[in-house]
Amino acid sequence: MNSLILKVATRFMLPLLLLFSIFLLLRGHNQPGGGFSGGLVGASAFVLYSFAFGAPETRQALGVDPRGLIGAGLLVALGSGLLAFFVGQPFMTGVWGQLDVPGLGELHLGTPLVFDAGVYLVVIGVTLSIILPLVEE
Amino acid sequence: MNLLLVLPLVIPLLTATFSLLAWRRLAIQRKLAVVGTAALLGGGVALLTLVWTRGIVATQLGAWPAPFGITLVADMFSAIMVVLAGVIGLAVAVYSLASMDEPRESFGYYPLLQILLMGVCGAFLTGDFFNLYVWFEVMLMASFVLLALGGEPDQLRGAIKYVTLNLLASALFLAAVGILYGVTGTLNMADLARKLSAVAEPGTMTALAMLFLMAFGIKAAVFPLFFWLPASYHTPPVAVSAVFAGLLTKVGVYALIRVFTLIFVADAGYTHTLILVIAGLTMVTGVLGAAAQHEFRRILSFHIISQIGYMILGLGLAGLTDSPAISTLALAGSVFYIMHHIIVKTNLFLVSGVAQRLGGSFELKELGGLYRADPGLTVLFLIPALSLAGMPPLSGFFAKLSLVQAGLGAEQYVIVAVALVVGLLTLFSMTKIWAEAFWKAAPADSPRQTLSAAEKRNLLLPIGMLAAMTVTIGLAAEPVFALATRAAEQLTDRDAYIRTVLGEPQ
Repeated sequence: MNSLILKVATRFMLPLLLLFSIFLLLRGHNQPGGGFSGGLVGASAFVLYSFAFGAPETRQALGVDPRGLIGAGLLVALGSGLLAFFVGQPFMTGVWGQLDVPGLGELHLGTPLVFDAGVYLVVIGVTLSIILPLVEE
Repeated sequence: MNLLLVLPLVIPLLTATFSLLAWRRLAIQRKLAVVGTAALLGGGVALLTLVWTRGIVATQLGAWPAPFGITLVADMFSAIMVVLAGVIGLAVAVYSLASMDEPRESFGYYPLLQILLMGVCGAFLTGDFFNLYVWFEVMLMASFVLLALGGEPDQLRGAIKYVTLNLLASALFLAAVGILYGVTGTLNMADLARKLSAVAEPGTMTALAMLFLMAFGIKAAVFPLFFWLPASYHTPPVAVSAVFAGLLTKVGVYALIRVFTLIFVADAGYTHTLILVIAGLTMVTGVLGAAAQHEFRRILSFHIISQIGYMILGLGLAGLTDSPAISTLALAGSVFYIMHHIIVKTNLFLVSGVAQRLGGSFELKELGGLYRADPGLTVLFLIPALSLAGMPPLSGFFAKLSLVQAGLGAEQYVIVAVALVVGLLTLFSMTKIWAEAFWKAAPADSPRQTLSAAEKRNLLLPIGMLAAMTVTIGLAAEPVFALATRAAEQLTDRDAYIRTVLGEPQ
């Protein structure tokens, strides 16, 4: 498809959609959202890009093989579950820590967010490794 | 201790993940497959040792207390099954090095194999019904792709039947889980075992038991729900057939034994009689079906079915006797039979692959002269074949012996007679393969192929290893049977399972 409107709009939409997907990922801990929906929105950003510019450019913009994203995401998610063993807890137990950020106050950080980030990567990877070959056909 | 319970899930997942990351580097994927399955076997053995010394172990994932969270439990039965999954995984991974074609390898054969093993181990270790459903699905998803990978017309024909019937089984399973949750408000197996004996009315329980029997029966390929198995198992590459034949139906059998020893034991007169009848019919139809076949892997597929009958025979007997000793003996017979069968059946499928490589076909009439071509392979075929038929001193003899003893003890003489006759007919099928593929002269126009040294090593090493295990189980039947007996004692002692999962009563 060769549409100037789509191309210009996509240039604006891609960063916005990616930002929104990160927002969904971070918000998912206490409110609707999370790694899965965030990942889908992130993937849809690249799908839109592939409609406007084609699959090869999208792969270039993505910078990594979508399958690599699946692998990396699985590693991150699995790692977040295994961390629990270092504090003597069963597999997949949430491990929490506090971080004092000057100006922001205390920040609660935990492995559920890491797990969600893994899911986020897997969802983007799976979606794109299904859709990009279809676009290429 | 927590770690050991999780390792059989984490190791295959990690191996699959690294294989994904090395997508284009097949050499790395091949090495990972062997290392990963060897590690799985090691983890399984460590878990078995732990359970042997300390009794049943359990861990609550995410530290959510049972019955609210997901529990992983390993008793002897689970641990034995995990070890067997490791053995088969390793044998098939090594065998695949020489037998899997490159297109299939480059489309993710190795990661899929690992995911399949993870699903199988998960099903063996979980203590929660919905989680069991999830592991079944993990296993099925991987098996769907493995079955269809390559896209040959035969494969797709088989895959359609396989997928349809297994999805039906999953739907039944899910419906049963839903109703169970509606009736009892819990899905933790130990919690269910505790509540069901007190709460629900017997009619609902029996109906639920039947739903589970249907769902797991399709997965285990018992009479009359086995049609998908001989329609599909002979279509994929041999390595895939072998791992399916060894592990997948056995997950169904495992689930049947778990559910009908732990949860649905109240109305044993009805449910276990039905299981016994099904066992008899499964044995007979399987072995008769095999007699009518003339294709190496189809014969073996029908024999899987008849052997499944033996495995649930022990389960049926255990519920129909008043004597705890005989009940334990029957269950031990079942467990022993599963151990023997998984090794032997996988091995026979692996042998069929080598026969096809040497003789160019799976059709018995096109094969021949393998004895002359490769006497070593012939011995390696005879060991599992005779063991399958129950020849002493191989593993199958002791497996059948213990079941027959239990049958006599439980005074179920008809089923004992059936089991013995089916054993003889099994020998008939194995003789047919022997006479056609190995003994008769090779057909004049048959292509003669030889294997390179590296191929020979990778193909025959796992076959030899499994054959050695068959002989060892036969010669060291006493200690192996001690393992099975301990597993059976834990299966009959429901209170110990419930206590381990839920903690001591307050």
